[in-house]
Order: sequence, then C-alpha cells, then structure tokens
Amino acid sequence: MTAAAAALTVIVVIVAIGTAIGFLAGSRRQLDLEEWAVAGRGFGTVLVFLLMAGEVYTTFAFLGLSGWAYSRGGPVLYALAYLTLAYVASFFFLPQLWDAGREHRIQTQPDFFNSVYRSPYLAGFVCVVGILASLPYIQLQLDGIGIIVSVASFGHIGRVAAMTVATALVVAFVFANGVRAVAWVSVVKDFLMIIAALAIGIGIPLACYGGIGATFAALARARPQHLVMPGATANLGHSWYVSTVLLTSLGFYMWPHAFGATFTARSADTVRRNAVVMPLYSLTLALMFFAGFATVLILPHLQNGDLALLTVARRTFPPWFLGVIGGAGALTAMVPAAILLLTAATLFAKNLYRPLLAPTMSDDRVARLARVMVVLLGAASLGLAIHGASSLVALLLTGYAMVAQCFPGVVLGLYWRRVTATGVFVGSIVGTLSAIFLMSAHLDPIRGLNAGFVALCINFAVTIATSLAAARTGRTAGGRVRGHFEAPTEDEIAS
Amino acid sequence: MRTPSRGALVLGAIPFAALCFSVALWDRIDPMVLGLPFNLFWLILWILLTPCCMWGAYRLESAAGRAAGRDS
Repeated sequence: MTAAAAALTVIVVIVAIGTAIGFLAGSRRQLDLEEWAVAGRGFGTVLVFLLMAGEVYTTFAFLGLSGWAYSRGGPVLYALAYLTLAYVASFFFLPQLWDAGREHRIQTQPDFFNSVYRSPYLAGFVCVVGILASLPYIQLQLDGIGIIVSVASFGHIGRVAAMTVATALVVAFVFANGVRAVAWVSVVKDFLMIIAALAIGIGIPLACYGGIGATFAALARARPQHLVMPGATANLGHSWYVSTVLLTSLGFYMWPHAFGATFTARSADTVRRNAVVMPLYSLTLALMFFAGFATVLILPHLQNGDLALLTVARRTFPPWFLGVIGGAGALTAMVPAAILLLTAATLFAKNLYRPLLAPTMSDDRVARLARVMVVLLGAASLGLAIHGASSLVALLLTGYAMVAQCFPGVVLGLYWRRVTATGVFVGSIVGTLSAIFLMSAHLDPIRGLNAGFVALCINFAVTIATSLAAARTGRTAGGRVRGHFEAPTEDEIAS
Repeated sequence: MRTPSRGALVLGAIPFAALCFSVALWDRIDPMVLGLPFNLFWLILWILLTPCCMWGAYRLESAAGRAAGRDS
C-alpha cells in the first residue's frame, strides 16, 4: 500500500465512523422543531461542554492557527487570549440570556431580538447578518477538508472532489438528525482531536529539534522578530492585538450557532459552570502554535501557510498516523460546518421566511423548510470554497467583524433600561455597513486597529446616542424592555 | 433579572487586564520560561489562572443567587 493510500484509508474510516454516529444518534426520537434545534434543552454540563468545544475547535484552530504561527508569527497569539476571554465575558451575560431563553422559548438570536425589541424587521436584519457571517465560516471548514485530503493523498485527490464529498456527508447527517447528531459526532471528534493535538504539538518539535524548548531556542536565535508582534507582518502590532482580542472575545457568542448552543443547556447554572472551565480547552490551541512555529525553520518557503501543519506532519509521522491527524482534522471541519449549516438554515426558515412571508406556517413545516435550506446553504458554501482564496484566519476575522455587530443589541438589551429598538436597529446597520466598507476598501487594520473593532465602537456610539435621543423626544420603543424578563410584580400576579 | 455582583465583575476584569490590555508589558521573548518565549508562557499561565478567577466569581454569583432566592 502506498503512503497516500494508507493515509487516505485511515481518514475515510474515521470519517465513516463519525458520520455513522451522526446518523444513529437519537434516531428513535421524534424530531420536532424544538428537538431538532436545541435538543429539548436537555443537555448537561458534559454534553454542552463537548458541543461548545466542538464548535470552537474548528479547522480554524487546527490548520488556520498553525498556519498563522508559521506565516505571521507573533500576532497569532491573539487567539489564545481571545478564546479565554470570550468565556470570561460570557459568564456575565450567557446565564441571563439562558433565563430569557427559557421564559420566552427562544431558540435563536433573532428570536431574542424579537422578544426584547418587539421588532420583526430588526430580528430579520440580525438574521441576515448571522447567515451572511456564517458563510465564510462554513467556507473555512470546507477549505480545510480540501487541504487535508489533498496533502494526505500527496495531491492525487483534488480539493474540489474532497470538499464535495464532505459537504454531502455533513448535509446528510444534519438533514437526518439535527443538533443531537452534531453533539455525538463531536464526542468522537474531540477525543481524536486531543490525541492529534498532543502528537502534533509535542511530536513535531521533538522530532525536528529534540523538544519544544529547543525549537523556541533555535527560533529565538534565527528569527527572534517572528516570535513577538508584529511578527512577519507590517501592521499587526499591539493596538491591533488589543482591538482584535476585544472584538473577537465579545463577538464570540454572537455567532448564531454559539448563541443557539447556549439554549441546549439544562440550566443557567450549567452555562455558568461551563464559562468557568472552558478556558482550559484553549490550552490545546497552544499545541498548534508549537507545531506552526516549529515549521518556520524546517520548511521556510511554503506558499500557503495553511498547508504548514499537514506538510510537516507528513514529513514527521508514518502514513497511517498522518491519516489519524487528517481524520481528526476532517471531523474537526465537519462538526462545525454541520452546526453552522443547521443554525443558518433554522434562522432562515424560522426567523426570516415565516415571519415575513408565511406567518401561518406550522412548526413542522418550518422544520421541513430548514432541512431544505441545509442543502441549499451547503451548496452555496461549497461554491464559495471552490472559488475563494483567503487564509483561514482571514476568513474567520471577516465573519467576526460582521457578527460582532449584534453584541450591543444583546448586552444593552439585557442590561440597559433605556435602549430602544430604533437605537439598536440604526446602530447595527451603521456598524455592519462600516465593517463591510472598511474591509472591502482594504482599510483593515485602520490606524493599527482592527476594522471590525472600529465598526463595533461606532455601532455602540450610534446605538446609545439614538436611544437617548428617542427617549428625550418621548419615542421609546414601546415593546422594549426589561420588564419582559423580570418576574411579574405582586400586582400582576394578583390580577 | 439579576445583574452580576461587583465582586464577580472585578474577578472577571482581572483576566482581561492580564491577557489583553497589558500586552505591551509581556510581549517579549526573554526571559524564556520552561523553554517558552515569555509572551507564550504568560498567556498559557493566564489560561490556567483564569478558571481560578472565574471559580471565585462563580462562588460569589451562586451565593448572591441563593440570597436573592431567600428574599423572594
């Protein structure tokens, strides 16, 4: 058996096992909309931990971060800080969100906006932003699968074929089983991912230099500037770091899928406990950095940094183990792709199509439409992946710049009495357009700051100013307000 | 809805200060600790310390939650 055949066989077996689990999970349960989207809100700490971890440890972590450690150097450190701080920030609003979610049967992010601000158009806007931001994120996962299979097959299998097969599998198991499928595939994926991460992060520096310490000592001698910011880049310095960490850690739970996963928890306390322990999961990211940094001196002239991890793994490990890494990597791409598709499709059917076009649609028909949308959005992302060419980290940061624009509406909606629907609507439109403008005009970073962060600041300022102005003219949005989430007063109970 | 207690917010601000705002102070290679450049060592150290801060915040929030539960 050739090296390529051995590696590919292992990858296929792993992907087949993962997919089979996806099909079998919970297949005897009746699949109504609540079960399909949030698994009946019955997941405990462990399964929520796995589900959320499964969403976090995506191709971005596996190939993208090692790729940036290789090609950019120091700026990649932002990822360790942002994930850790995303959980810290979540501690202060996710439990409140969960409470609101249970009270109002909220399943998705637009549901939340509709329930707090009583504006179907604002909810629709949030929905569109969420779906658009998800597309580059799904594209990133498919790109990852293409890279894995083409490296593992020594270029014999094209990335387009690999991406097409993977998309078909993902669409099929989401179509069949909804969110429960994703949680159980995620269990397999996390187990393999930890083995692969340890092998990569420790094995590659060990094989190439004799250890992690020796790797960094060699790099500190040969390319010391690569290890600190701005690394190999011209403009990703400290102000970029601070602004990017703030943007991404605050934006993290604004991803429609992460927002939605919150509601699969059994209680607000489950959410809070998760926020305490989740930062530890970021440690596996550091292992990806070790591998990426180790590659700098060994393979100095790779065209595409995202290939660094697998190319060096192919040199270091026997083919079957390259297969294990590739299989873990493929599941690591498929699980998040599945959950992103599931969420985007549910959003479309439940929060865009039904309220604006077919108000009388039953939940069952919404669930059916969502399944059809899984297929269509899967095909759209596949199209983007086949034609697009950006680094994996750049794709994710583009998505973040968009999706973080929902943050002011969520946090102010939970904590600031005077925020109005108009304020949030104007603020998030201005914020989203600023982010799109700055990035498409290649003004990112702008004056050393992350463009998405600048857009978020504008968004906050406009939201607050507009809300205050509306309050002064007596036009507070009637539907708003925090009263919806508070326990009824004694008078209300009596009456 | 209950807002987070001030103590929990202070405990939550500590990781933000250590991992984000203070970057200019720790983004350097020397001294290398445990074979890692100082910036990487510092981040990993704070990934381990952050759950300690948040565990404290969790204790404060649970205590506040129980107190609120008794009041009502």
